Amino acid sequence: MSLALKALKKSPWVFHVNTGACNNCDIEILDALTPRFDVERFGIVLVGSIRHADVLLISGPVTRNVLPRLKRLYEQAPKPVKVIVVGACGCNCGIFRDGYNIIGPVDKYLPVDAYVPGCPPKPETIIAGVVKVLNTL
Amino acid sequence: MDLKYLFYYLIFPGFLFTGVVGLLTTWVDRKVTARVHWRVGPPWFQPFADTMKLFGKEVIIPAGAKKTGFLIMPVIGLAAATLASTIIWLANLDPSGSFVGDSIVVLYIMTIPAIAMILGASASGNPLGILGGSREMKLLFAYELPLVISMLTTVYKAGSFSFEQILAKQAASGIMLGSVSGVIAFIVTIMCVQAKLTFIPFDIPEAETELAGGTHIEYSGAPLAIVKLNTAIMFFVLPIFMITLYWGGISLAGWGILTSILKYVAIVVIIVLIKNTNPRVRIDQALRFFWGPMLVLSIIAMILAVLGY
Repeated sequence: MSLALKALKKSPWVFHVNTGACNNCDIEILDALTPRFDVERFGIVLVGSIRHADVLLISGPVTRNVLPRLKRLYEQAPKPVKVIVVGACGCNCGIFRDGYNIIGPVDKYLPVDAYVPGCPPKPETIIAGVVKVLNTL
Repeated sequence: MDLKYLFYYLIFPGFLFTGVVGLLTTWVDRKVTARVHWRVGPPWFQPFADTMKLFGKEVIIPAGAKKTGFLIMPVIGLAAATLASTIIWLANLDPSGSFVGDSIVVLYIMTIPAIAMILGASASGNPLGILGGSREMKLLFAYELPLVISMLTTVYKAGSFSFEQILAKQAASGIMLGSVSGVIAFIVTIMCVQAKLTFIPFDIPEAETELAGGTHIEYSGAPLAIVKLNTAIMFFVLPIFMITLYWGGISLAGWGILTSILKYVAIVVIIVLIKNTNPRVRIDQALRFFWGPMLVLSIIAMILAVLGY
């Protein structure tokens, strides 16, 4: 295990992507940064630019319009990058399964490292998902 | 070129020492911020882990970028910040090594990291980065004038431009903060330092929420680590600069170590508390603030210094 990967376990910077979710999962992701679930204890910071990201948190089913943007976002991230899918919609389209503009779950198009089920998942569950991904490094 | 000066620049008052203490200062910043929010905050090795991680990541050159300028500008900023730190520390530790007008040299060198960030952002080929660069330029024009005038009050009282004379004057007849004009100039300088570090309320160039990182939006990997290190080193240099000008300097003899650390931490905590209790201002508000109240205050301090208060 190299020193850079060891440091990556201690400071994962998270970038938040919404691919057509109903905003519930996004509110729960922001809850994890509040003083109650202080996630900066583990070095996790929400960054504003994709160039700084180590972990992509993706919420929502993939719609037809967002697919090229999603692929470009994954290509723009610097490369030891992990993908976590948050919410039931990203895992298997959930309640939007029969929608006319839904073209599938996230793992049809990107290599996914962890699934966090729930509608919406609790903040504790999201933190547990990030921890499981970091243990696979 | 003497080998002694290379040691000064690279090891003790220079790159290694300044980098380590600057990163620890950013940890103090994050920890105090967390305690203000009633959070626990990151562990002490967090900035070092961030830097190590960034050096291990991939470096991406955007398609529209000018490669040379994009990659070389953070290094130029780092060299300038390290040089400013070295000059100030040598003037404090060994006053005989001071030369006439080194305060002017330090003031000139400390603008180079901001200019390097402007050029690097403009070379990145990203519209948001260029917008951040233009905002940083306006901010530079705003804070430079009150900073120079408030420094001139100290220079007028000491009767010389060199750090050696300023420190000798303060050792002989009390610190500059003991007078009315010194206190006013100190307040103006703290505001200018806040803008120089691009902290809230003046973090207009790096607005995370509207420019997504602003000046360093396209940097990734090792260049981003160097940009963060620039900010950390400037966060270390500017309080030392203020202590030298207004608070009697630093010394490493006996109790001097403890008092120096206490002075430094006091100024850092003041900066962090201002950062945590204010909203972000617009660029025109920042310009009006610096060319209005702050300029008037610094001129008042200058007049009081001439009158002898």
